[in-house]
Amino acid sequence: MAQFRVCPDSGFYFDKSAEQLMKVNAVAAVVSLLLAGVAALGVILTRWQTIHLLPADTFYMVLTSHGINALIFWVIFFEIAVLYFASSTLLRCRLAAPRWAWMGFALMIIGAVMNNIAVLSGKSSVMMTSYVPMQAQPHFYLGLILFAVGALIGCFVFLGTLIIARNEKTYKGSIPLVTFGALTATIIAIFTIASGAIILIPTFLWSIGYINQIDAVMYRLIWWAFGHSSQQINMAAMVSIWYLLAGVLFMARPMSEKVSRMAFLLYILFLQLASAHHLLVDPGMSSEWKIFNTSYAMYLAVLASMIHGLSVPGSMEIAQRKKGLTKGLFEWLRKAPWGNPVFSGFFLALVIFGFLGGITGVVMGTEQINLIIHNTMYVPGHFHATVAVGTTLTFMALTYLLIPVLFRRQLFLPTLAKWQPYIFSAGMTMLILFLLGAGTLGVSRRHWDMGFTGAALSFDYPGTAYMMMALAGIGGVLAVIGGAAYIIVTVGSLLFGKKLEASAGIFASFGLKALAPEVYNVDKPATLERAEKLTVEEHGSAGFAAPGTFALAMLLLVSFVIYYFINWGYLSSVWPIG
Amino acid sequence: MTTFQPPAERIWWKTPLGKEEILWIGIALVWCLIMFFMMPFWHVYGKQNLSNEAYQTTPAKFKARVDEMVEKYQTGEEGGVPIVTPPAGSDIYLLGRLWQWYPILELEKDKSYRLHLSSLDWQHGFSLQPVNINLQVIPGYEMVIKLTPDQSGDFAIVCNEYCGIGHHMMLGKMIVKE
Repeated sequence: MAQFRVCPDSGFYFDKSAEQLMKVNAVAAVVSLLLAGVAALGVILTRWQTIHLLPADTFYMVLTSHGINALIFWVIFFEIAVLYFASSTLLRCRLAAPRWAWMGFALMIIGAVMNNIAVLSGKSSVMMTSYVPMQAQPHFYLGLILFAVGALIGCFVFLGTLIIARNEKTYKGSIPLVTFGALTATIIAIFTIASGAIILIPTFLWSIGYINQIDAVMYRLIWWAFGHSSQQINMAAMVSIWYLLAGVLFMARPMSEKVSRMAFLLYILFLQLASAHHLLVDPGMSSEWKIFNTSYAMYLAVLASMIHGLSVPGSMEIAQRKKGLTKGLFEWLRKAPWGNPVFSGFFLALVIFGFLGGITGVVMGTEQINLIIHNTMYVPGHFHATVAVGTTLTFMALTYLLIPVLFRRQLFLPTLAKWQPYIFSAGMTMLILFLLGAGTLGVSRRHWDMGFTGAALSFDYPGTAYMMMALAGIGGVLAVIGGAAYIIVTVGSLLFGKKLEASAGIFASFGLKALAPEVYNVDKPATLERAEKLTVEEHGSAGFAAPGTFALAMLLLVSFVIYYFINWGYLSSVWPIG
Repeated sequence: MTTFQPPAERIWWKTPLGKEEILWIGIALVWCLIMFFMMPFWHVYGKQNLSNEAYQTTPAKFKARVDEMVEKYQTGEEGGVPIVTPPAGSDIYLLGRLWQWYPILELEKDKSYRLHLSSLDWQHGFSLQPVNINLQVIPGYEMVIKLTPDQSGDFAIVCNEYCGIGHHMMLGKMIVKE
């Protein structure tokens, strides 16, 4: 029975059940992002002190909803779609246990709806972190648990598909790098979800009265093994998608399979230590523990990210140079398809993730520097650079690829799509920079009123802090407009986009040929061949293959070093603490 | 079409690396090690470090010690909160509760104190402004830090861990005298 179709534009093989599952997961992700985006507007317009839109209780409810929908539901639904793509589609293999996959999806939907109901009722405004002993309604925790179980099933379906592909020999040699990266994300996801279960199940039992106390420090330690590590799933997925898009857009290949895979391996080995990032100014842990864990054992996971930071644009540069774009250091980059949102979204995400997200993350994760940063606006400044631009914009870029390839629709309002990554990242960059600034001035995160209305005592943040929050507000509104543009293009394409029958030539510009119309007419896809061998002198020989990328990497390093020591300088100016 | 194809070489882990990769990995590794050793270095030569001295406690036990200090050294009151002037070098106590920091501590500049911090109910965040020192305050745990104010004036203690609807009203004070 034929169950595969070939995408005539990209040449990807889609297994029927995998395809449907990718579609529903992607749609659920976009709906979650819509909820998160609406909530974002409420958050940003309240923290912009001159507007101060929402009353306190609504603000905390909306902030909780924003965090959970954006950080958990949007990214994980999308990641499940990515996992199915990276296994079934890339390996040209049928999906393992589609019924289980559907059950996982159903559990995720039930969990997400249940949790959203708890939050929107206004009785579970406990923030995404739900720190005990503050208590949410039982179905807040139960929703998260069901969602996590569903996602776990998705992970095992992915692993099962890899096993089937291997047994049925649908590919030659080792699995592709992108699939390897997705496997990394899955392994981290399993660790993460297990940590989530270990802490959320007792917390749920506590909320219905079967357990009478949850230790607050233990909760923080294990919750963050879930909360922070789940961001590392995003990272592994995001980097895999970067490699995928470099391959699709430029027919690039990794600079070195060995180095890129080693870097993914470092993620698996060390990223899970990141729980410590949140406990640096907590009682109960020793400095030795804090230093070892916060640095991922000597920053080996940071090393991995720096390697990907060179390898992804480097592979793109090498591919572009091969096409003859060899002038100067940056012709390859200048002549990249900047008008294609798949590319612009991906590249902006990469740059902003590295320069803003990566550097600030390491700085604030330094044991002592965390003293001047913990729980200030600096923290959301950092993770909007990593998750809201890095992961989210990467997923948005991938969506623009999936609309024609997976959904077989033409982009709705292509001009809007073309500008969307620029609007979104400009707004986000502004938001991030001013949140970092406000955080440096000590402005608290998760705080309804920086004017402290109604407090018995009084304190005024400097005027600059108010100005920075206002500018962050403007940036945030711009980012919400950019996010809305994404939703309009995506939903519009699915509802009104012209159906693509045969090849629409969308990928002709990337040098891919039209293959076949969209019908499930393939019993068994052709075996996935190894990549073509490169001639020896191209790599590993004298001279730099990617000098432009190396220059960019050095720029990153110099910014990193300067900014790192500026923060030590700032720390040395505060009161001595022993 | 290559990042999503199997590697060209069957033995891909033996292919040689490009120059920029070797160089970059070397530089990045050195930088990672520098950042790692900065933390122990600062413990030895820097002045801003947590001793990470902490004890398990209970709200009742901690409150009793705070009350004892307030009774002994109270020198005034502001906004319904007692102002306490403990002797230089002593153990001083600050508790967080919904939605108040208690009491107001009056300290001497350039003198060291052992500050004990805990919460009576939910988690709170000790954020000393505008100095910008931030600590997590957790019920059931008593954190001790040695604090040496080197500026005089009035300082605010903002709660920067979300603690419910009155979170924004949870504002304390610390006074440092010349």
